[in-house]
Amino acid sequence: MTTSISQPAGEDRAQAGATVRMQNLSRSFGAVRALAGLTLQLAPGELVALLGPSGCGKTTALRILAGFETADSGTVEVDGKDIAGVPAAKRDMGMVFQSYSLFPNMSALDNVGFGLRMRRLGSAARQRRAAELLDMVGLAAQAKQYPHQLSGGQQQRVALARALAIEPRVLLLDEPLSALDAKVRLQLREQIRGLQQRLGTTTLFVTHDQEEALSMADRVGVMRSGTLEQIATPDELYAHPASAFVAEFVGIMNRIPGDMLDLLGTPSALVGAGDGSQTGSAGGLDALVRPEGLRLTPSPHGNGIVTTRTFLGQLTRLSVRLSGDVVVQVDERTTEAAGISPGDSVQVSLADLPVLLCQPEGRPPEPPDRRSASRLPPLASQPGNVDN
Amino acid sequence: MAAVVADELAEEAPGPAGRPGRRRHSPPVWRWAILLIVGTYFVIPLYAALRYTGFKSFPSVLTQEGFAPAFELSVKLAAVTTVLTIVLMLPTSIYVHLRLPAVRRLLEGITILPIVIPPVVLIVGVLEVSPGFLKSTPYLLALEYVVLAMPFAYRSFDAGLRALDLHTLVEAAQSLGASWRQMLWRVLLPNLRTALLSAIVLTVALVLGEFTMASLALYQTFPVWIVAFDQTSGPISVAASLLALFVTWLFLMAITMIAGRSRRSGGTEVSLFSVSRRTTGGPS
Repeated sequence: MTTSISQPAGEDRAQAGATVRMQNLSRSFGAVRALAGLTLQLAPGELVALLGPSGCGKTTALRILAGFETADSGTVEVDGKDIAGVPAAKRDMGMVFQSYSLFPNMSALDNVGFGLRMRRLGSAARQRRAAELLDMVGLAAQAKQYPHQLSGGQQQRVALARALAIEPRVLLLDEPLSALDAKVRLQLREQIRGLQQRLGTTTLFVTHDQEEALSMADRVGVMRSGTLEQIATPDELYAHPASAFVAEFVGIMNRIPGDMLDLLGTPSALVGAGDGSQTGSAGGLDALVRPEGLRLTPSPHGNGIVTTRTFLGQLTRLSVRLSGDVVVQVDERTTEAAGISPGDSVQVSLADLPVLLCQPEGRPPEPPDRRSASRLPPLASQPGNVDN
Repeated sequence: MAAVVADELAEEAPGPAGRPGRRRHSPPVWRWAILLIVGTYFVIPLYAALRYTGFKSFPSVLTQEGFAPAFELSVKLAAVTTVLTIVLMLPTSIYVHLRLPAVRRLLEGITILPIVIPPVVLIVGVLEVSPGFLKSTPYLLALEYVVLAMPFAYRSFDAGLRALDLHTLVEAAQSLGASWRQMLWRVLLPNLRTALLSAIVLTVALVLGEFTMASLALYQTFPVWIVAFDQTSGPISVAASLLALFVTWLFLMAITMIAGRSRRSGGTEVSLFSVSRRTTGGPS
């Protein structure tokens, strides 16, 4: 199912959505501090994704906005009005949950119409509106089906239609795609973004999947230990991370001891991660270089040995062990990497891009489901690591 | 015992995606043998009772002296007990599941106590401490029966609530603007329909069959009348017992049928004592 939705003018979007402002939010659960002074603002019609590892506080922030949790301190304002004392049922916020949340005793149509029923909309108008919403998510034919007769993706689309049916001031998405398989996730991702843009609903989207966040959001906020490390557009976040944590959490990043940079050639510029200040030497620091920031050429007397290669379609990702047991990942066009195999000697060099520098100490905990290139275990401990 | 069975069945309910349960692997011949043995064990006494009483005794049960008031009292007690049990136990179960999950184990322990403590101890204790105005009404028994029904009602509600993603449903309903009353009426009760019916049937069956407390409190409920009438006419007394059994069995069949309908309309998958979560998400 695909839905073709054109993006409306920015003015329309701004009229439809609300402004959300969370100021200095703190929340602790016993000894665990889930939020530590979070400040976040959403412009009308904007989709902001909160991205971060498990336990970083992103879901807590969303639940406070929804009214399911209360902050220990701080304020939440919608269109300039403090909503701290407003119960969840009165906040006019549509929410799509991570787990399937459809009411099992109701058909898809009744589920979508539930919020309207609570608002005492007449039966005919309610059914008409619910049918429109179901049509919008491409499930008009499934209107009479019960949740257990729908696939996971269909259930989440009904849940989305249900959340949008009440014309919410703010749409809250709590990892709505995480229980779905990859293909459905991709389809639904596009559909959610399309609908959100069409309706201009201010949306807060919580996810631990950076691809989802970067592909859907107007701005992405990277959270760590209850605070925002950085909030920026996806491009900005990727190209100019404000900290080593953001740099390593978003995308793949190689961490190379600064003293080894000479092995890879002369960098075009050395830039401090965070402040963006230029410096002349990387001594005593770590360099952060993305796979596309490195070049690789076969060389019998090169500075590295290829350990693994991973086919990614147009690109092939090669892991190369440099001297000092530092492993880096390099992306090459598949056609150019065709002749390179694990065990080959290669010359790795810096591309003509600025190199980020950060402190080597106090490395942040590694994000789940992803390994930084420099943290690959030594070759000897990877018995099955031969080829893709 | 029923409570324990309830718990076990709820735990062993088939998982998602229609995975076959462990019992499917048992050779069918053993299943039939077990069914035969158990069936024989239950059927022989019933058959003997039926032979003893004869079919002619059944119509005359209704016209026997004392039957109508005794049956009426039992039905009234059953109704009062059921209402009180639901009013007390359903909100408690929901609250514990939602807000005090750590207390669930404790509550399970507490609700099992009426099974452990003999009814005679309960009624003697209650008669000792209850105020005079309660001693003079048979509805004192209803209060006692609420305690007796607690293990069965709680197990039914607990199984029903565990089959739901309660937190998510409650939060989803709240986010859509439902008040607690609307949520209870439109979302929770329909999804707990079979658990509710299970609790009702078990409570009614318990009240209609309870003898010790009523006898010690000197009220002639239906079971007390059956025992008393046994000295007048054995066959009619046995016919009354069989009739009560048959009515209870009809209730159970009704539950099974309603459960089947609930399953077809997307509700939870229910047996009398257990409610398992319906498989969510068909083919993607």
